[in-house]
Amino acid sequence: MRTTITVNGEARSLDLDPRTTLLDTLREHLKLTGAKKGCDHGQCGACTVLVNGVRINSCLSLAVAHDGDEVVSIEGVGTVETLHPVQQAFLTHDAFQCGYCTPGQICSTLGMLDELAAGWPSQETAPGAAPVFNDAEIRERMSGNICRCSAYPQIVAAIKDAREAMA
Amino acid sequence: MSSVNDWAAPNPVTTNRSGIIGKPVDRYEGPLKVTGTAPYAYEVQPPSPPAYGVMVGASIAVGRIAAVDTAEAEAAPGVLTVWTHLNVPAQPARGTKAHPRSTQGSKPAFESDRVTYWGQPVALVVADTLENAVAASHLVRLTYEAETPDVDFRARLADAGQPLGEQDMEVGDFDGGFAASAVKLDETWVTPIQNHCQMEPCASVVWWEGDKCVAHTSIQMVKPAQHGLAETLGIDRDAVHLLTRYIGGGFGGKGQTYDDLTLAALAARALGRPVKVAFTRQQMMHGTIHRPATVMRVRLGAEKDGRLNAFSIMTWTHCHKEGSFTEHASNFARALYAAPNRLTGHRLIKLDLPHAGPMRAPGEASGTMSLECAMDELAEQLGLDPVELRIRNEPPVDPENGRPFSQRQLVRCLKEGAQLFGWDRRLPTPGLVRDGRWLVGMGMAAAIRGNFLLPAKCSFSVDADGVITVRQGMTDIGTGTYTVLAQIAAETLGVTLGEVRVEIGDSELPPAPGSGGQFGAASAGSAALAAGMNLRRAIAELATGDPNSPLYGDDPTLVTFQDGVVAIENKSETLATLIRRAAPAGLTIEGDSRPAADMREWSTQTYGSHYCEVGVDTVTGEVRVRRMLGVFAAGRILNYKTARSQLTGGMIWGVGSALTEGNVVDPRYGSLINQDLAQYLVPVQADIGELDAIMLDEVDDKANPMGVKGVGELGNSGAGAAVANAIYNACGVRVRDYPITPDKLLAGLIAKGL
Repeated sequence: MRTTITVNGEARSLDLDPRTTLLDTLREHLKLTGAKKGCDHGQCGACTVLVNGVRINSCLSLAVAHDGDEVVSIEGVGTVETLHPVQQAFLTHDAFQCGYCTPGQICSTLGMLDELAAGWPSQETAPGAAPVFNDAEIRERMSGNICRCSAYPQIVAAIKDAREAMA
Repeated sequence: MSSVNDWAAPNPVTTNRSGIIGKPVDRYEGPLKVTGTAPYAYEVQPPSPPAYGVMVGASIAVGRIAAVDTAEAEAAPGVLTVWTHLNVPAQPARGTKAHPRSTQGSKPAFESDRVTYWGQPVALVVADTLENAVAASHLVRLTYEAETPDVDFRARLADAGQPLGEQDMEVGDFDGGFAASAVKLDETWVTPIQNHCQMEPCASVVWWEGDKCVAHTSIQMVKPAQHGLAETLGIDRDAVHLLTRYIGGGFGGKGQTYDDLTLAALAARALGRPVKVAFTRQQMMHGTIHRPATVMRVRLGAEKDGRLNAFSIMTWTHCHKEGSFTEHASNFARALYAAPNRLTGHRLIKLDLPHAGPMRAPGEASGTMSLECAMDELAEQLGLDPVELRIRNEPPVDPENGRPFSQRQLVRCLKEGAQLFGWDRRLPTPGLVRDGRWLVGMGMAAAIRGNFLLPAKCSFSVDADGVITVRQGMTDIGTGTYTVLAQIAAETLGVTLGEVRVEIGDSELPPAPGSGGQFGAASAGSAALAAGMNLRRAIAELATGDPNSPLYGDDPTLVTFQDGVVAIENKSETLATLIRRAAPAGLTIEGDSRPAADMREWSTQTYGSHYCEVGVDTVTGEVRVRRMLGVFAAGRILNYKTARSQLTGGMIWGVGSALTEGNVVDPRYGSLINQDLAQYLVPVQADIGELDAIMLDEVDDKANPMGVKGVGELGNSGAGAAVANAIYNACGVRVRDYPITPDKLLAGLIAKGL
């Protein structure tokens, strides 16, 4: 099934088996292996990418449903030579160990910061109030991204640092 | 190296002239990981398009495959081959070692019609695409003759026996000492099966280059994987090139290979094209090893002043019917507290459950969950502070074997932790601190984990640009191996980190033991130091023997290495200048390290303390960890940043063990009921509050030439007990059956009228 997806700014026209997930499309067809397969069931967040600016679990989404969409994977966030402030903050704060959940954590961070800025509430947000940027909000909003190495305190520190650097 | 005395001589790591050792530098491979460009096994691009293998797991725990129908699967679109025990290529019998020095024997896949655990891989479908392979895997029809699975651990405790070749350890007269003690405690704790849940499921991509098998897989130990695969394929060991450059977590679960590797290699050979095989998340739960459940009976007999008179921890645990793994949950206690009368041991029962095996801090992780809570209970009985009780039982020498401690800063860990955490604000009587509907409490526990050193080799090269390359068949499972090897190299050769390259995870590099048992940094690092010293000597001799060098004719032992310059007093040249002129092809030299013959004359452990504050919701029974602090003493720290991450990660594992983690066995099928990350609950971001780890200054010169010890497992030891003790202090409910879930806690809260 012919599908055109803009991936990291580049239009990619693909002839896909309709059963192919967006994650497998990135990893197996486009050789963009930054997005990880940790569970293939939307339970771990390692496959998180941004679709039209919103973070999703790419393992739960069929690629053919994204015809015309804009996808940003970790490869589109920054490079080794020019790290994005979130990537730099993760490096500085050692916000990962094995690194397998990291691309998902970073993409999720980008989506989460936009959601916060747009005023989307979370479990931690006082009813009726605008969300404030604090540790509790970060922890709540980043809980869809499991890190078995458990770099959670370092991830919170990195996100706070990155937000300041991006301001 | 025959004596630890040889390690006392200063070396570049212990001297640390340029200060790179210990420095909290960023991870060497970090830029690749944060950009998603570090290729993990399944992501390595093979030389030609791969085929995709998908495994099918048995849906019985024990019995045999009575009938196989693969016709529909074979006819499905894109399918290249379907294998079961009936048609899998022949492999040498299990355990075969054609080469007598292989570190692992043959591990055949689909070896017979016999099924010995639920989820055992029993069929493989290989297709041109992953989608076709997954679809066809559902069309494999297997008919089983199932037997009743023997999986009820708790019901079989009475049948457990002494693990093969083991004896109980008794010092003094435990029964007599216990009977004569003024204050007694006799309680039993239960820990469940736990799963590693590495974020990267086990995966392999394999292709053949003529007779050579190139295998990229996710594994903690390189050599046994290479040898085992060669033995399974019936080929020479050198014909397997096994690589594992980036590993998405191991925690002990990737200390051995699984059928993904075997099947990918066999299929790649049979099909003449690269083949990729990965476990699914669900398959990981059964198809790879787990930490087995334990039942631990702890008996403590104390005098009224708190001194232990009698001490015992007995552990019952289980393993696979054909296995022998024992969760040695009693062992750690042998070196922890003084008591004249002591009894420790293990009982093992073999069940039709999947294979048990090591998981982060095997022994300690489970064992501290009982003993460190028992100490908390005893302290309450005695009216003593739990910290003080531990200090009163501090042994002057190893209480079991009388050996001196190489280093032991447990008391300092306890005291500094108490002070930094604000332990003096804890109220000893439970249930007195309220915060709305939350009851708040504090708990603590001690941490201990053994220290090991294994033989290792390493090579160091210097090129004409003065760049040092470290090569070692070592692994980095997120532990920081790349980084600390780079730091050792930089300090030893007097260059910056930017002038060091590290290549690991390759069977064709000098062998190292790999990552496990928190022996990695010490073992691999000691070999790296040895190789670095050999390269220093070679470079020094090159300089002093080269008439064109300003160092010509001088004593090579006087050459110093700093800032990329080799020098003797005021005579110097840059390393790059020297190599470019005198050895333009570069120099490569190996080094190795091994344990000292007299190491065992000391009791060498790593130590720590955990302090935790929790809130217990009296309405729902929910527990929230509010803050947690660990203080650790583990020898010289090579990198304070990566070491801290290891320790905090281990502490969070303890939180999971205390509150959420556990696989529940379905006795009808012998399966684990919770088979994915939505049901097996590892801690997530919202579960963890403020949490930090602090490392004390220490050098353990009996441990290895660098004076370092491991931290990868230490953080996990005792952490769960600190959480459990905090729960008790908060609400007065003691749950001895882990994890402490709201249902168990609520029953206690209701019983107390809370």
